[in-house]
Amino acid sequence: MNELEKRHTISVLVDNEPGVLARVIGLFSGRGYNIESLTVSEIDPLSQVSRISIVTRGTPMVIEQIKAQLARIVPVHGVKDLTSDGAHIERELALVKMVNSGEERIEALRIANTFRARTLDSTLTSFVFEITGSSSKVQAFVDLMSSLGEVEVSRTGVSAISRGAVADMPITTTRDAAAS
Amino acid sequence: MANTNSGATTKAGMDKADQDAALTGAEAILKVLEEEGVDTIFGYPGGAVLPIYDALFQNNSIRHVLVRHEQAAVHAAEGYARSTGKTGVVLVTSGPGATNAVTGLTDALMDSIPLVCLSGQVPTHLIGNDAFQEADTTGITRPCTKHNYLVKSGDDLCHVMREAFHVAASGRPGPVVVDLPKDVQLADVTMEEKKPEVVTARYQPITEPDRASVRKAAELIAGAKRPVIYGGGGIINAGPAASDKLRELVSMTGYPTTLTLMGLGALPATDPNFLGMLGMHGTYEANLTMYHCDVMLNIGARFDDRVTGRTNAFSPGSTKIHIDIDPSSINKNIQVDLPIIGDAGRVMELLIEELKAMKFKPDSAALGEWWGQINSWKAINCLGFDQSGEIIKPQYAIHRLWEKTQNIDAYVTTEVGQHQMWAAQYYRFENPNRWMTSGGLGTMGYGLPAAMGVQIGNPEKLVIDIAGEASFMMNMQEMSTLKQYRLPVKIFIINNEWMGMVRQWQELNHGSRYSESYSDSLPDFMKLAESFGLKGVCAESVDDLDGVIDEMIAYDGPVLADIRVAKEENCFPMIPSGAAHNEILLGPQDKAANATSEEGLALV
Repeated sequence: MNELEKRHTISVLVDNEPGVLARVIGLFSGRGYNIESLTVSEIDPLSQVSRISIVTRGTPMVIEQIKAQLARIVPVHGVKDLTSDGAHIERELALVKMVNSGEERIEALRIANTFRARTLDSTLTSFVFEITGSSSKVQAFVDLMSSLGEVEVSRTGVSAISRGAVADMPITTTRDAAAS
Repeated sequence: MANTNSGATTKAGMDKADQDAALTGAEAILKVLEEEGVDTIFGYPGGAVLPIYDALFQNNSIRHVLVRHEQAAVHAAEGYARSTGKTGVVLVTSGPGATNAVTGLTDALMDSIPLVCLSGQVPTHLIGNDAFQEADTTGITRPCTKHNYLVKSGDDLCHVMREAFHVAASGRPGPVVVDLPKDVQLADVTMEEKKPEVVTARYQPITEPDRASVRKAAELIAGAKRPVIYGGGGIINAGPAASDKLRELVSMTGYPTTLTLMGLGALPATDPNFLGMLGMHGTYEANLTMYHCDVMLNIGARFDDRVTGRTNAFSPGSTKIHIDIDPSSINKNIQVDLPIIGDAGRVMELLIEELKAMKFKPDSAALGEWWGQINSWKAINCLGFDQSGEIIKPQYAIHRLWEKTQNIDAYVTTEVGQHQMWAAQYYRFENPNRWMTSGGLGTMGYGLPAAMGVQIGNPEKLVIDIAGEASFMMNMQEMSTLKQYRLPVKIFIINNEWMGMVRQWQELNHGSRYSESYSDSLPDFMKLAESFGLKGVCAESVDDLDGVIDEMIAYDGPVLADIRVAKEENCFPMIPSGAAHNEILLGPQDKAANATSEEGLALV
């Protein structure tokens, strides 16, 4: 009962059909689980499979429940807890607009360079940067930019995959499954 | 397109196979129902399902039962499903038809009842326009179904219908909604032959357990000194053969066995190893056996809060084995030591094999001592009641009902409340599928429509709805359905003029402030029955009771029996909310001032 809550990143393969995202989100809200971040996109147009990356937080008992509850949704094909199953990589992309016409523009460019952010758009009074990295790196960049001017941010949320040579959720498997 | 003649003329030039396969969506829907072995559907027509009703009009193999409210259609299908083991089928219209079905669907989800609910929907081009009788049915029913579908094209129709039946009945059963826009019902549909591997491709729950875990379970069971078997509704859902396996397991081990509300009948109530129901209103011996056991074998039960009481004091010293078909039931409420995912019947079958292979002999010394302890708890006679005087005790009414029907193989449904718990305590079930009650959701108004469904599924059997007067009134319009279909259901109302369970909690937890729990302005039940074409009988004193029960059973048709019982009787034993099994109250004398803790007051 007193076990500590821990952050977990969970990947879910789903049929890309109407309502599937609502099922996943409804499960989290209906059962009182946290969602810190959720990203979803189709990854296999042929078999119409999407991958959802969810960052959540809970005790080990709750995390197990979340995985079991996800797995029993009919259009869900696979659930993988990247946090507990070995090493994995998490990345997030953000578009950061910084509005300022003063000297801070130079500092902003210098910081962007340090963070290896790309400049996608520039006017005399603004920049739009693209930054990719862990959520904490993205947050650090946003925080720095915020101190230099008015900032608008659009973040994708976390996308994640396991390290190493094993494809846990390969596209071809789902293709075979769809064909069988 | 409505019949083969016009089909033959309009489809001239197509080959024979295509002609045969070309149907309207509505016809294809009925074809799939026939293919799935559906003989009865419960429904209520409306604008968005008229094409299906038109096809039904011309169909001779499927019987449609017209209910008087869509909630009742779902409960009837639940009763039908639970008593026959088949999937119940419901047909409702769009908008209010679908929203009225929501309570029933939630009930079926909580109690794992296989249902397919077909709902009409406005035509696809109007979806999202706030059209007349439009509701976002898939959106509304997403959290109260096992799965749901909106069929947007005739091309998907047959596959979706077939998958719906597969999903509803496989794994842990549950309700599935198929939302059918009117234009899809009218579309030209080519019916492809059913390919089971395609239908089942997407949803394949685990039913076959891990053998090593079963072996481990057998070792734990064999080594137990103070064992208990705790069986639930999963055994009933696994079919009658699973109940046979439970009987075999219990008789070969001689282990004390308790059942949940949903599991009653899996083991005969007369079995010497049966301890009665466990949980909030379970027996003293069942709950104390659970508390003090060293090995617990949970078969198809889900550690519901009504069973566990305070979870941190639940069976504190035991090694817990949990057999469940649904992996999400494992470690949800109670951490277990050995989970086994699989079909309850199949796991018990393998467990028995393992026990035989290891030449299992129960530890008779330890078991003897354990039974000695249990028998001393039994000796308290926690279900004892005092029937003295003229006024009928509700416990006595149900006890007599059981005595007079025990050799008839009766089917019993209930509403929800005190009468439901008394029925669970005093009506003794010998076989599975004879007991239909709303366990998880606790839906008042369940019993009468469920009894209708049971009667339709079991036309020759005696079907009794043990009711409370308040619950009964939530779906009493269904008396009209009983009359129409000549369903000889017996409605046995335990009439205490109170929402008894609410009154009981107000007495125990809220200083006897009976806020809005009195059943005021009750109808004259005799005249009510008469106006619906039922026979009405009434027992006002204990001398009337036997005669009224006899008359009710003997009458060839539906009967409403108004049994006037003691008004302020409470349901005991009782584990107050937030208390542990060993803090069970046996009767009014135990009504300690602090029976319910501060935390418990916030619980339901």
